[in-house]
Amino acid sequence: MNLKTWGLKKSIWVFHVSSGACNNCDIEVLDCLTPRFDIERFGMVLVGSVRHADVLLCCGSITKQAAPRIKRLYEQAAKPCFVVAIGGCACSGCIFKDSYNFAGPYDKIIPVHAYIPGCPPKPEAILAGAVKLLSTLK
Amino acid sequence: MKTVIPIGPFHPLQEEPELFSLTLDGETVTDVDVRLGYNHRGIEKIAETKTWDQDTFLIERICGICSTSHPIAYCNAVEDCAGIEIPERAKYIRSIVGELERLHSHLLWLGLAGHFIGYNTLFMWGWKWREPILDLFEQITGNRNHYAMIKIGGARRDIKNEDIPSIRKCLSGLVPPLEMITKAALDDPVLHARLKGVGILKKEDAIKYCAVGPTARASGVAIDVRKDEPHAAYGMVKWNVITQEAGDVFAKAVVRLLECFESVKIVQQCVDGLEKTKGAEFCKEVENIPPGEGIGHYEAPRGETFHYVRSDGANRPVRHKIRAPTYVNLPSFKASCIGQTISDVAITLASIDPCYCCTERVAVIDPKTRAKKHITGEELVRLSQEKTRKIRDGLLKGSI
Amino acid sequence: MENIIKKVKDGLGGKIKNWEEKNPGRIYITIDKENIRETARFIFEDCKARFIILTGIDTPLGYENLYHFDFDSIGTVVTVKTLIPKSAPEIESIATIIPGANFIEREVYDMLGIKFIGHPDPRRLLLSDDWPEGVHPLRRDFK
Repeated sequence: MNLKTWGLKKSIWVFHVSSGACNNCDIEVLDCLTPRFDIERFGMVLVGSVRHADVLLCCGSITKQAAPRIKRLYEQAAKPCFVVAIGGCACSGCIFKDSYNFAGPYDKIIPVHAYIPGCPPKPEAILAGAVKLLSTLK
Repeated sequence: MKTVIPIGPFHPLQEEPELFSLTLDGETVTDVDVRLGYNHRGIEKIAETKTWDQDTFLIERICGICSTSHPIAYCNAVEDCAGIEIPERAKYIRSIVGELERLHSHLLWLGLAGHFIGYNTLFMWGWKWREPILDLFEQITGNRNHYAMIKIGGARRDIKNEDIPSIRKCLSGLVPPLEMITKAALDDPVLHARLKGVGILKKEDAIKYCAVGPTARASGVAIDVRKDEPHAAYGMVKWNVITQEAGDVFAKAVVRLLECFESVKIVQQCVDGLEKTKGAEFCKEVENIPPGEGIGHYEAPRGETFHYVRSDGANRPVRHKIRAPTYVNLPSFKASCIGQTISDVAITLASIDPCYCCTERVAVIDPKTRAKKHITGEELVRLSQEKTRKIRDGLLKGSI
Repeated sequence: MENIIKKVKDGLGGKIKNWEEKNPGRIYITIDKENIRETARFIFEDCKARFIILTGIDTPLGYENLYHFDFDSIGTVVTVKTLIPKSAPEIESIATIIPGANFIEREVYDMLGIKFIGHPDPRRLLLSDDWPEGVHPLRRDFK
């Protein structure tokens, strides 16, 4: 493990991306921050700018209007940057996969490193997914 | 000098990715424009390809926070089309789920509003008290969000009698913190100074822009679908419509806070009704939907949700029109934001009920030099929080 | 309750082509598309109804525009129906009378391609920037 990865593992800064979501996954991601679940005990902090982010938490199916912007968001993030797809829509498109405005699930647009399925996944599941992602970093 | 500030489309202030362009003259907002479409998933088209029963699940996924309001409105519309009267027990179940949802949605808003003006304690507290309601949902419906409790003809599953004590316990545990927060908010001189007179939506503007829900009720327009057109159990229980006259952000907060108590009252009475109708039928068998059209609406936490369905007698709708409350509340920014300073915009935009879902950055474009200056999304929140701090410091100095 | 409905009926008078009362809470009025501005103004301003939304439907006979108004005090939804021929999908805009109708008319143009004559701000609302002109997803012939 090099110094950079070691540093990354100690304090992951996450940025929240939502595109065409029903909001539920977003709320559950935020719920992870609140006293009951408290994601900050794993050193994770939600940041307001993608340029500070180590991990993108992505929710929702990608709409045609949002797709180029999601791509740009990913390009702007400092690398290494890990992408976590949260919820059924982000993983596969779910019920919206036949829509005329559907551009694809996240892995069609940007590389995805972890999938957390569920509609919406419980905060416990999001925490478990995040911790599993951390354990794969070598 | 005129400055145009786009907010979004990915910005922490907003419920969905939307692009707001604020035109500024110095620090004062002179125009607001909105570009929607980042979140457009084509649900109306998908609804035409799914069967009547499948649609209730699709409709739930319009919005995660109103995930029972849309199915209730949709089922109202289909039942209006087919002329179905739902069983009494189903009415109570619908109202209980609907009102519990309102409680958790209002607490969520309260927390976020607190965050935007720099009261992070309120943010953490509001979300902490919301958790017992979500636990209750998990117990009685099986999921924290997306409850799938509503079905055409009644309810999809019963609320078991064994669950009734936990509903009562959850409600009684919720009242003391709600009372505490209401008193704290209504007596706090800083909140008064910060929120009163900010983002005023006048009564005539609310009517002109056809605003609904707490946004309209805070401007003195006493509309509430639950009262005006009683459906579910709302005609069978006692409760009041909360209105305020001022129309500012403070009034909107007061309306939402006081509505929480009304919701608690409604659920308590509905639980009594559940006990009375023990063992009764909770869903009617619906064979088919006859040709025709139906209209249903429901008072979601943010305002009236409207559904229109047209049937040709087949197993799926020919047309399904959905109108969510924010759709009509959004244009009212034109009336409430113009003339405000940029530090007040965050809370004014938030006052119709935002969510913390999308984040990007704000870019300030100087039209003369075409130079772009990027402000992070947090900057706007920071500006807003700074103003609160200044007011608080000023009040403290004044009292000494 | 009777008074408001009677006022609507009398005020619109000869403009009404068909009056259907499905039940006390749901009234459907059919009018010609030329009269839409006058009808909307009368119901919104004189009868003090709240404009809910506009529904556009692609039917075999033409495009149907349904303007839903709510009389909150009596809990009645009045729906004004107009039929627009497919050969000339145009209708007068009501957004100058009812600012709340601004968004929905832009949406109906996106979805069904019905032009609103005199709309103050006829830009695209919901579809993406690179969506081809002249393709409207809610039309029946959409792939």
